[in-house]
Amino acid sequence: MAASALETQKLCKSFGALTVADDIGLRLSPGARHALIGPNGAGKTTFVNMLTGAIPPSSGRILLGGEDITRVNQAARVRRGLGRTFQITTLFRKLPVLDNVALGIAERDGVARRMWKPASRHAEIIGEAERLLATLGLSADARTPVQDLPYGRQRLVEIAIALGLKPKVLLLDEPAAGVPSQDSHHVLDVLAGLPADIAILIIEHDMDLVFRFASRITVLVQGQVLVEGTPQEIAADRRVRDVYLGEASHA
Amino acid sequence: MSGYTSNPRIRAQESLPWIIAIAAFFLLPEYLSLGARILVYILFALSLDLILGYAGIITLGHSAFFGLGAYTAGILGAKYGVTDPFVQLVAAAAAAALLGISTGAVILRTKALTLLMLTLAISSIVLEIANKASWLTGGADGLSGVQVAPILGLFKFDLFGRTAFIYCLVALFLGWLLLRRLIYSPFGAMLTGIRENTARMHAVGAPVYWRLVLVYTLSATMAGVAGALLTQVNQFVGLNVLGLEPSGDLLVMLILGGVGRLYGAFVGPVVYLVAQDYLAKQYPEYWYFGIGVLLIVVVLFARGGILGLSDKWLQALSRRRSSAKASAR
Repeated sequence: MAASALETQKLCKSFGALTVADDIGLRLSPGARHALIGPNGAGKTTFVNMLTGAIPPSSGRILLGGEDITRVNQAARVRRGLGRTFQITTLFRKLPVLDNVALGIAERDGVARRMWKPASRHAEIIGEAERLLATLGLSADARTPVQDLPYGRQRLVEIAIALGLKPKVLLLDEPAAGVPSQDSHHVLDVLAGLPADIAILIIEHDMDLVFRFASRITVLVQGQVLVEGTPQEIAADRRVRDVYLGEASHA
Repeated sequence: MSGYTSNPRIRAQESLPWIIAIAAFFLLPEYLSLGARILVYILFALSLDLILGYAGIITLGHSAFFGLGAYTAGILGAKYGVTDPFVQLVAAAAAAALLGISTGAVILRTKALTLLMLTLAISSIVLEIANKASWLTGGADGLSGVQVAPILGLFKFDLFGRTAFIYCLVALFLGWLLLRRLIYSPFGAMLTGIRENTARMHAVGAPVYWRLVLVYTLSATMAGVAGALLTQVNQFVGLNVLGLEPSGDLLVMLILGGVGRLYGAFVGPVVYLVAQDYLAKQYPEYWYFGIGVLLIVVVLFARGGILGLSDKWLQALSRRRSSAKASAR
């Protein structure tokens, strides 16, 4: 069996008597396009936070490329190839778009510790940042402070920073959250164009986006994996419909 | 200021502080000892700006490093006959760096108010140690008779403060050059990143804690050198270099000048210490009142300090000019 890109084994998290993640097993092979969906309160955010290292699991293991990273801290996971985007835009708001991306690239390259040569003369970092922004259609905004961009473009910067880290596994936490619907196709275009060798786990509420993007879907309900399968299987699954229709009838 | 898109070339107006300093040397010979003190505080303020303005570390304990540097130079010169000024500076820098890395490693795991209280605690501890260890530090009486040999064996510290002024100016120039280099480097850009969004820096794989310990140590070293300079200039060191008061004064100076803009650390000490000197002569009992009013005015009307305000005025002026030009056409 080939090594998985990212794998969780019997991952559990409880806060006192409240169990928010119960025995979650998930496996992404290299280049996977995997979606994690579930109603509000299903434990998606907790799961993501355990993957990135923001909170420790109560039990279970997390493997990145076959290596146990359960006890590895957040920044070290990133250096081993686990990139992420944030559900709530988490950017260097006052800094230009180029700097937002360059700061990440410099960390990956080990340039960020350098104290002598001016940052703006590190042509290799700036060049790479500019090429990356070009592939995402952000070239024209490179010198603009992020806070002056429309929200949809800020979401793209969020993705650009993560891509600059050249991750092997990328967690996309609701990449289209808050993007006006007329712009969300742009996010989808970007997602469709992501390098094929990156394994991607996307957490998303926009079902349209999920079914177009993912080749496998895991449905999380009350901290447990309800079902995993191809989009067709998920769409046809009675239990999944019950969960979502049940939620819809409350709304 | 810093970052991958900023131009690191030294601009014409950046020569202004040095021109003013040299002009002051020739035009205001009776104020040279005040001038030397201002230069020392500028160096001290620069060290605070590095951690507060760029890395976003808030502290009320920066005098611990300044004071340790001051006492290290003083004790060497008064008790152990180590009178070479450069040896004193290096020893002060090393002592401050050691205190910086050891305390930074403990307290930089915290942030905000907790961090502020811990920095305050550390500087209070250092003050109390200096107070109690009177056999070494002279305690509340201070340490007088600090011997400082002529610089390079050539330039004696004279009564008028001429040597002291030039000596401090050279030290400040070197400190400024190094700091400016650091701020424009990828390391400086990275510090700005930590200040702007720590969560994101973690998420791009930056070992934030270690980076903060490093920059804290660098800043402590610089503050230690500034402290040693003050001792050498005064040939005396007393407890007033330690504790909350000098830390608070320094913070006020930096806020007056403008935080996180490098030159705020130049403007603040000049305004503060000149005002202090003037007010203390005119109203010996109420001079703090004047400083207080100045601070309130700046915080209320000039966020970003005096430099922030002058930036705004310059921008408004150039806008008016360009619109005047446009209407003339």
